[in-house]
Amino acid sequence: MTTDQVIFIILSVFTLGTALLVVTLRNLFHAALALMATFLGVAGLYVMLDAGFLAAAQLLVYIGAISILLIFAIMMTRRLMNTTESAFNSQGGASLVTAVIGFLVIAWAVSQFSRVLPQVVQKQVDMKPMSPDVIPYIQSSVAAMGQAFVDPNGFVLPFEIASVLLLAGLIGAIIVAWPKAEDEES
Amino acid sequence: MSEVTIEWYIALSVVLFTIGSLGVLLRRNAIIIFMSVEMMLNSANLAFVSFARYLGNLDGQVLVFFVITVAAAEVAVGLALIVAIFRTKKSISIDDLNLLKG
Repeated sequence: MTTDQVIFIILSVFTLGTALLVVTLRNLFHAALALMATFLGVAGLYVMLDAGFLAAAQLLVYIGAISILLIFAIMMTRRLMNTTESAFNSQGGASLVTAVIGFLVIAWAVSQFSRVLPQVVQKQVDMKPMSPDVIPYIQSSVAAMGQAFVDPNGFVLPFEIASVLLLAGLIGAIIVAWPKAEDEES
Repeated sequence: MSEVTIEWYIALSVVLFTIGSLGVLLRRNAIIIFMSVEMMLNSANLAFVSFARYLGNLDGQVLVFFVITVAAAEVAVGLALIVAIFRTKKSISIDDLNLLKG
């Protein structure tokens, strides 16, 4: 066991454990806290994958913004926090079967990837998977990503569309949550 | 095999995705379903990043950036919807949201 493997196993056990807590906990607030821990574990995995910028973005956007939004929504619907009815709906068996089938399908698809990927890699860059020889690409990854976002041959159009989408989401969220006139008086 | 290979990351991503889909299928509360969807998005992001790392190509990371952007917008709108639904129906249990059931 190398250090990397030990860290990976700790991180994945942490991530999967907290993910299971999110699905099983009855208390909504605790589930939201567990979800924050899941996001933290995934951010750690991004660091292991040398995606430092995305790890920072994960911390800021998911843990900083999305989790806070979720907690706000939970508090606005607080009455459900101490409910006594079962947290699960009545389709346990069907859900389990569906999830297992989905798992098997994805696992099968991924196992087919490993047959395809080595050839792709040899065609593109000659390197050992997950070895330190790919570090140079990582060191310039933030700069390269920044350039790809504004490069006309890169992702400049999706980048601008994303900004329009964020604006639309902002306005849409305000309009949807805006109290109706009669609600304000009561 | 001494390194952590891509298979480890992909396996973790698959398991995380399955847990998230179980949450979507099983839970009653709309907010928890939302959280599970976020978890599934995260697992897909993890797969993207590990493939990007494996191929030495940044496109996967760029895509993850866009996924994070869309997820942020989606959560804002979705939670606004949930709050609006709670205000009218006094419940966010999906068992009560059956207006479209003929």
